Amino acid sequence: MGATEATVVVDSLVVRYGNITAVDGVSFTANAGEVTAVLGPNGAGKTSTIEVCEGFRHASAGSVSVLGLDPALQQRRLSERMGVMLQDGGVYPSARVAETVRHYCELYDRGVNPHKLVELVGLGERASSTWRRLSGGEKQRLSLALVLAARPDVAFLDEPTSGVDVHGRDTIRTIVRDLADQGCAVVLATHELDEAERVADRVVIFDAGQVIANGTLSELRSGYDEIRFRSAPDIDLLAMAASIGIVVSRVGADVYVVDAPPHPKLMAQLAGWLADQGHPLLDVRAGAQRLEDVFRRLTSGSEAER
Amino acid sequence: MSRLTTQIRTEVRLVSRNSEQLLLTLGIPVLLLVFFSLVDVLPTGTDHPVDFLAPGVLALAVMSTAMVSLGIGTGFERMYHVLKRLGATPLGQTRLVVAKIVGVVVVELVQFAVLVPVAYALGWRPDSPNWLLGIAGVVLGTMAFAGIGLSLAGRLRGEINLAVQNGLFLVLLLLGGMVIPFAKLPSALRIAARMLPSGALADVLRDTLSGLGDRPGQSWIVLAVWAVATPLLARRLFRFD
Repeated sequence: MGATEATVVVDSLVVRYGNITAVDGVSFTANAGEVTAVLGPNGAGKTSTIEVCEGFRHASAGSVSVLGLDPALQQRRLSERMGVMLQDGGVYPSARVAETVRHYCELYDRGVNPHKLVELVGLGERASSTWRRLSGGEKQRLSLALVLAARPDVAFLDEPTSGVDVHGRDTIRTIVRDLADQGCAVVLATHELDEAERVADRVVIFDAGQVIANGTLSELRSGYDEIRFRSAPDIDLLAMAASIGIVVSRVGADVYVVDAPPHPKLMAQLAGWLADQGHPLLDVRAGAQRLEDVFRRLTSGSEAER
Repeated sequence: MSRLTTQIRTEVRLVSRNSEQLLLTLGIPVLLLVFFSLVDVLPTGTDHPVDFLAPGVLALAVMSTAMVSLGIGTGFERMYHVLKRLGATPLGQTRLVVAKIVGVVVVELVQFAVLVPVAYALGWRPDSPNWLLGIAGVVLGTMAFAGIGLSLAGRLRGEINLAVQNGLFLVLLLLGGMVIPFAKLPSALRIAARMLPSGALADVLRDTLSGLGDRPGQSWIVLAVWAVATPLLARRLFRFD
């Protein structure tokens, strides 16, 4: 594979279930050494697309290439270098943590030490527990260990932080980042936008079976700077706009947004006006929009249509 | 250790840890064999009930392992996405199926290692049994029952599969000539019962091991048809996800 060739290439993919088109002409790529987050509302076509990439599902039209292989025809070869994390389950309920990890290390036969792997995902003290006795977060970390057992060149992770507590999220985030830093192409499907924002290099946003945005985080946020702050709930927005020269929107009971780059002069005007009126200035966040705002902006049209 | 060996070890370990399956595959056959051999209440038509019961219970053991235990276990693995997850590893579906078959054979060996001595202890003294032919019958029976178990497991939801497999186990036990002779069934049921894999296997084992077969020629044909048909059906119906 050439240095510039993407690890995952999805080209004009269509997936149909009977008369329903779940994926409608989707194209995107995921590169080695990067975390690509696939985002979208329920039913947007994320899972169907990823299942085609994993070789679990056939494309109705279009093509998919993973590590230069056709997943539908060459899944066996692909499986030697691919890690898969399902959204839930995938482990014998009566199997213990240590033996499950050892089982997968032996199946992949990539020289991974199962004991170290159990420790790496923070399950050393739960090594003799069965899957059914693990918490949701522990199950997710065990599933991630099974991905690492493959020492993968490409990894598909479905909702890896779902149901995971704060410390568990830190662990998972670190492992995912390390995986990418070691040269693996990580494709991460998630609903959790803040997680994607923290760990992803690139974002692909699905909606109604199509890709509606695709790029790096900074590319998606580009041109959508804002100043967001909390203050008193009864601010006179018209008076404030007249004073600072820019429209201010109330987006929560006491949360306001100014759609403008955070220029120091504007910030000073804003702070000054609030001080003159005797209002507090709290939780100021200035700069690029959060991924959640980008997502809402991009998917709001189709949500309204539905 | 090869991938196949790894998977076989896992299959056997998980079966040995499952107390419900151990009850089904060992507890119930031993209980039926011991109780009805000592308490002569079944119309077995022999002076020593164990002569009739021992081959029938061996057939029951094959059915409980190859159909019910394999079917229920596989159904839940499918429900919990274990099969799907394993399908994404280099193990491959063929080796997974082979590992399951080896797992069934291992359990059957343990069953026979327990049931045959128990039957001997209860006074079973088969007259020149043909064990080789009996094993051939067990192989065909295993194929037939595994085909049924996997056909159900590969299509039905986990809980429904559990209920159907257990219900079918009871029906095949009662109508299969395992503990109740065909001759004691109503005539309409008797014809159907002779066509069932349980009835055919019980009759084949009774003929090869005890020389008490009812219609062994017909039973071999019936068993062979089931042994070919149900794995083909399973291949057609089974879904890993």
